[in-house]
Amino acid sequence: MSDRCTTHEYDVLIIGAGGAGLRAAIEAASMGDSVGVVCKSLLGKAHTVMAEGGMAASMGNVDDRDNWKVHFADTMRGGQYLNNCKMAEHHAKEAASCVHELESWGALFDRTKEGKILQRNFGGHKYPRLAHVGDRTGLEMIRTLQDHGIHHGIDFHMEVTVTNLLIDGNKVVGAFAYEREKGRFLLFKAKAIVIATGGYGRAFKITSNSWEYTGDGQTLAYDAGADLLDMEFVQFHPTGMVWPPSVRGILVTEGVRGEGGILTNSEGKRFMFEDVPPLYRSSTADNEEEGWRYVTGDKEANRPPELLTRDHVARKIVKEVKAGRGSEHGGAYLDIAWIEEKIKDSETHIKKKLPSMYHQFKELAGVDITKEKMEVGPTTHYAMGGIRVDSETQMTTVEGLFACGECAAGLHGANRLGGNSLSDLLVFGKRAGAHAAKFAAAIDTFSAIDSKEVDTLVTQALAPVDRTEGENPYKIQQDLQETMQDLAGISRSEAGLNEAIEHIHAYAKRAENAHAPGNREYNPGWHTALDLHNLLTVSEAMCLSAEQRTESRGGHFREEYPEKSKEGSTYNTVVRKAQDGSMEVERVPVVPQTDEMKQIIEANE
Amino acid sequence: MAQVTFKLWRGEGNNGSFKEYTTEVSEGMVVLDAVHDIQIEQASDLGVRWNCKAGKCGSCSAEINGMPKLMCMTRLSSLDLEKPVTVEPMKAFPLVKDLVTDVGWNYEAKMAVKPFKPRKPDASDGTWRMQQEDVERAQEFRKCIECFLCQDVCHVLRDHHEHDKYIGPAMLVKAAAFEMHPLDVENRIPDLKNEHGIGFCNITKCCTKVCPEHITITDNAIIPLKESVVDEFYDPLTKLFRIFKSKK
Ligand SMILES: Cc1cc2nc3c(=O)[nH]c(=O)nc-3n(C[C@H](O)[C@H](O)[C@H](O)COP(=O)(O)OP(=O)(O)OC[C@H]3O[C@@H](n4cnc5c(N)ncnc54)[C@H](O)[C@@H]3O)c2cc1C
Ligand code: SF4
Ligand code: SF4
Ligand code: FES
Repeated sequence: MSDRCTTHEYDVLIIGAGGAGLRAAIEAASMGDSVGVVCKSLLGKAHTVMAEGGMAASMGNVDDRDNWKVHFADTMRGGQYLNNCKMAEHHAKEAASCVHELESWGALFDRTKEGKILQRNFGGHKYPRLAHVGDRTGLEMIRTLQDHGIHHGIDFHMEVTVTNLLIDGNKVVGAFAYEREKGRFLLFKAKAIVIATGGYGRAFKITSNSWEYTGDGQTLAYDAGADLLDMEFVQFHPTGMVWPPSVRGILVTEGVRGEGGILTNSEGKRFMFEDVPPLYRSSTADNEEEGWRYVTGDKEANRPPELLTRDHVARKIVKEVKAGRGSEHGGAYLDIAWIEEKIKDSETHIKKKLPSMYHQFKELAGVDITKEKMEVGPTTHYAMGGIRVDSETQMTTVEGLFACGECAAGLHGANRLGGNSLSDLLVFGKRAGAHAAKFAAAIDTFSAIDSKEVDTLVTQALAPVDRTEGENPYKIQQDLQETMQDLAGISRSEAGLNEAIEHIHAYAKRAENAHAPGNREYNPGWHTALDLHNLLTVSEAMCLSAEQRTESRGGHFREEYPEKSKEGSTYNTVVRKAQDGSMEVERVPVVPQTDEMKQIIEANE
Repeated sequence: MAQVTFKLWRGEGNNGSFKEYTTEVSEGMVVLDAVHDIQIEQASDLGVRWNCKAGKCGSCSAEINGMPKLMCMTRLSSLDLEKPVTVEPMKAFPLVKDLVTDVGWNYEAKMAVKPFKPRKPDASDGTWRMQQEDVERAQEFRKCIECFLCQDVCHVLRDHHEHDKYIGPAMLVKAAAFEMHPLDVENRIPDLKNEHGIGFCNITKCCTKVCPEHITITDNAIIPLKESVVDEFYDPLTKLFRIFKSKK
């Protein structure tokens, strides 16, 4: 093998150590396979740690009318029926047992009076459904999985980034990676590989996502010949911080609205009561009083309009701002302090229910949310689109290559409901781990890997540091983020998307000449240069997919076509690499619902 | 807008020195923003860890004007900007490069703490019932974001380098999180005394002062654990009592 890198062999290699990757690793390891996990940051720092509000599972602990059928119907409605209905069914059925499993591994959720796991309201969920720990549920989840996983004989490779997959025919045989600390290279031979790398929010300027979210997994899969699905559907979360500028985009959990927070404009008006979408009219409160009763657990009341789906709330805020009724710094006001009218000692209550939000606003914006309004506006948050997988096994269209978590697509359709991601990670992480382990068990020996190919990869990866001059990779990344924010963000048009694609091609040329000065040890500029290819690939896939969807639905909004189209409900968008290396787009029919599913959806209108 | 000078530690391993950078700062900025601006404009190879930029992941620990802090939660307005702001890596761990240290030892120390072990489910549906008051005690420790700032200030590690004998406050918080978990039935007390070196802690409380999650490390985690050690090893009455009463 090439002497320019170190080789490791694993039955199952997991790329990513967020909730999905860790859950997959535990499953594969407990089936007796040798398992290696690689992650770009230190263990426990993945995106999952940031999740706040909770994880959705129809345990019915707070409202016993809840069950998997209602959860299934809510998820489908939220996804505007473009979801893979089979995945939505697995998810709704298996989420509760996954939450209990997490509890048996040590997760300590908030409790109901009877001592069961407490569940809270969230947008688009009919009943209180989110198991949570204050507003730090993601931390509880990742730490539980991490502390459980480290005792399973799994090898963890921290601060290691996979840059290429190695393919033989249509089968994955290994992965090539770059280790940040020393700037060395690693080769992983594997019988099965699970991608669990998360999303691609870093393609946009205003985002709640960290530096890791550069669409690596999607690009690895795409370059390996796998299909990407629904790439036009990006979730813009309605409530990111807007002021001061340096914190713009940092998330304000939907939990604030779940606990009774209301949205108002500069005129003090609660504008969400206008324009309630037809699909939700019958289940939305008619007035403020009813909304409050819902939040405090009145089973007869309908939910306040602040808890409508994220796509709708985000667009309503943008509309207010455009109409000149925005908050001081161009957002809307989010007010939880008002509940002092309703409950005594609201200050303690808010601090208890939303401790990290209290902390975040106090420290970063100098705002006391128990007394003052917050200012919020949309921020890029989540990728519904991603790697196309089989609904039973999570295998991609490349053999032996699996995907789960945010990087995979299908469950959420055109729009994800809050809380459905954390449960997604557990349900499909477990499935992916099990099927990858099974796949690996059927293979006797590791495939040979061409050392010349590896040599080429080493040379390619070194190019940005070996070059003696060239462009600053951060500048290219920033230009791309501006372009995507302006032309492919919350509101899109054909002309804008075409312009964006032209820019992307130009950035790709510039990226070929990116130069990272300094040496190989822990060099973030170099890392940024290597990530560019991924960001550019997912950006192009987003634009092409968005261009061909001539309607507005879920996270995708087209200025020329502000309504849903009939045709739009019949297909999903697939992107793949054509023979000539260009990106091709295809429409595939939506996975058909069974009669039982149709009945469930109808019964839960 | 104002120009502010930052003295950042640059170098690898045992070689390094402060280097000055001047950059423009604006309202609301935190130290991490300034470090990023310097990285983008002047030093693209500047090594620094971060993820969430909201105090949730514990990646961006450093010493700012000598104080152990999260860079993403330290607003520039809280510092004296007339003088250069110094930012240097944590001292209790080996330097990798610039602001990045090798914190791998913490992960090993944690491995040594016996994992969570629940009692048998007690409810008929195969799960457990727990009261909110009972979970809250352990929840405090579960807020730990593994920033290792407490490890950084603890003199046992920082000055006396007892990394082989003492797991440090962060891992005692971990042990407390398990020990005070209402469902846990493992016994970590002998390990705390014999393997984890809890005796090294002389309750200076420096760790509690720097914890960004405001965990009362010394009073709520370490002291009760120390008391359990005393009960188990030095108190004959309790010992006798234990024979008749099984744990938890
Ligand atoms: C602020 C915030 C709040 C949220 N709140 C909620 C909530 O309340 N409820 C909810 O359900 N969802 C929430 N979400 C969404 C949810 O947290 C994420 O969708 C989910 O955690 C993603 O998990 P994951 O396991 O797929 O990926 P991640 O947790 O992001 O993990 C990805 C892993 O892949 C690694 N990786 C990436 N690329 C590579 C590469 N090339 N090589 C090696 N490793 C790589 C990373 O290092 C990381 O370890 C929130 C998201 C954010 C940002
Ligand atoms: S109280 Fe104990 S653990 Fe904390 S800093 Fe002092 S000696 Fe270290
Ligand atoms: S106890 Fe506090 S200071 Fe120590 S690692 Fe945890 S969060 Fe950081
Ligand atoms: S970047 Fe996450 S704590 Fe600072």
